[in-house]
Amino acid sequence: MRDYDLAVTGAGPAGMAAAMEAASLGLSVLVLDEQPAPGGQVFRAVEAAGCDPALAGEFLDAGAALARDFRAALHPGGEVEYSPRSTLWHVDIATGVISVLREGASEEIRVSRLLLATGAQERPVPIPGWTLPGAMGAGAAQILLKTAGAVPQGPLVIAGQGPLTWLLAVQLLRAGAGPVTLLETGGKGALWDAFRAGGLWTGRRLLTKGLALVREAKRRGLKVVRGVRELRAEGEGRVQRVRWAGGEMACDTLLLHEGVIPSTHVSRALGLEHRWDEAQRCWRPVLDEWGATSHGLVAVAGDGGGIGGWEAATATGRIAAIDAARRLGRLPEAEAERRAAPHRARLAAALALRPFLDRLYAPAPEVLVPRDDATIVCRCEEITAGQVREAARLGATGPNQAKAYLRAGMGPCQGRMCGTTVAALIAAERGIPIGEAGALRPRAPFKPLTVGELAALPLETVA
Amino acid sequence: MFVPRPDIRPATVEVFVEGRPVLVPEGASAAAAVLLAGLPAIRETPVKGAPRLPYCMMGICFDCLAEIDGVANRQACMVTVAPGMRIAAQRGARRARPDAAPEIAA
Repeated sequence: MRDYDLAVTGAGPAGMAAAMEAASLGLSVLVLDEQPAPGGQVFRAVEAAGCDPALAGEFLDAGAALARDFRAALHPGGEVEYSPRSTLWHVDIATGVISVLREGASEEIRVSRLLLATGAQERPVPIPGWTLPGAMGAGAAQILLKTAGAVPQGPLVIAGQGPLTWLLAVQLLRAGAGPVTLLETGGKGALWDAFRAGGLWTGRRLLTKGLALVREAKRRGLKVVRGVRELRAEGEGRVQRVRWAGGEMACDTLLLHEGVIPSTHVSRALGLEHRWDEAQRCWRPVLDEWGATSHGLVAVAGDGGGIGGWEAATATGRIAAIDAARRLGRLPEAEAERRAAPHRARLAAALALRPFLDRLYAPAPEVLVPRDDATIVCRCEEITAGQVREAARLGATGPNQAKAYLRAGMGPCQGRMCGTTVAALIAAERGIPIGEAGALRPRAPFKPLTVGELAALPLETVA
Repeated sequence: MFVPRPDIRPATVEVFVEGRPVLVPEGASAAAAVLLAGLPAIRETPVKGAPRLPYCMMGICFDCLAEIDGVANRQACMVTVAPGMRIAAQRGARRARPDAAPEIAA
């Protein structure tokens, strides 16, 4: 059985930074990533997309630099072992043995510390018609641009809110998509509420970047409709139009976005302590200032521990790696503190604007709790909001009970898409806080695997 | 529907989407190939037979489950295209033995 001081799952900003830091401290490091190349979602396929002018800016500059530094740290030559196209599907938290699927075969690997750098996923946007072909996440369209250079053809609507809606609008307009309309769902008082959060001076660099995006989007002809409520997608067999209170528009592609939430599938499956974050309207693992979780084996870095963006992710990745070295006796306490200090300063700077953004782009209540009973909540099992409400009235106290009532969360996505919505619906129906309804507790395997892939475990590790 | 930008990302890998040849850029996913081919649906749901296309493109939603090179239930967004790859829509649930007659519930 292979043996590493530290295994990092995810080769995004947090995972890459953690791996480089840990290797520089003399730890043996394995980086597992589901994608074929480093970058995570924010810098997805940055090495292959390097010449696309539509992606010019931070993606090509900072992303490419990060991937280049990571490549330089890889074995041979460097100390980091990088395993792309690899899926973590089980963790024996008591023994530190992890199960990994790569190229159709499973392998068990022993690790002294496990760092989850699983990043973020887009917040599901359960509106009527969101399962129609032609409706997809805004992040999904950005991934198509980054990985295949592809752009939507025909009338395009981006609906929702958040920094990504503006960035994506600019990138797609540069790439020749259009006409593009942004239906902004933000509330009227959000901007004033956001100003009260402060952080504008410390976060001025991010703010300036955002304002430049808004200006470029408008210059390139983006049409913006503000204050959009009661959004719904309609069409026969695919999206043909989008309707909202007081308006409608024909469209061929509808890109939905209400921000991103931490990917906590694995951390929840491991039974680590989580809490509901009311400011970011999501579950996040409970972490100390080093990224350590409630279990001694596991740490979390990057957006998987709370949304902070890629710069914050590189800082938390480095801090978690320093902590791993300290815990494994490779770094004295005082030296760990000294080494972490500059990364803590970078982290504070990167997070300065976050409270402002969290308030400005807080999702409307109906994003978490769809009003229309017919809206599909669980895309896999096709369970509606009305069915979840009925289950709550019948006695389901949270998403874990709702599974037994409805199969919501038991389809192939294992609740990645519906878990938060089901918890929010039940909480609203029962008049309790979402935290009390609880987080969905997934089970291993974290991703479905075939009997053949399981059977391909080497014999000696099974014995 | 999505269109490629061959001047930026040359489409050099030939795959077969529902038997039809499609050229896609190297490094693209099978799900991207389905969207570039303009297929109306990559799967029909096992519960209601509703058409779906990829939704998240990052391995979260499982709405891109397809039959790739004869293997059903593959997450098409997580599979990188290879020359000659055969990608087919998946209708309903995967059958345990594709060559056998549908099982009859007792």
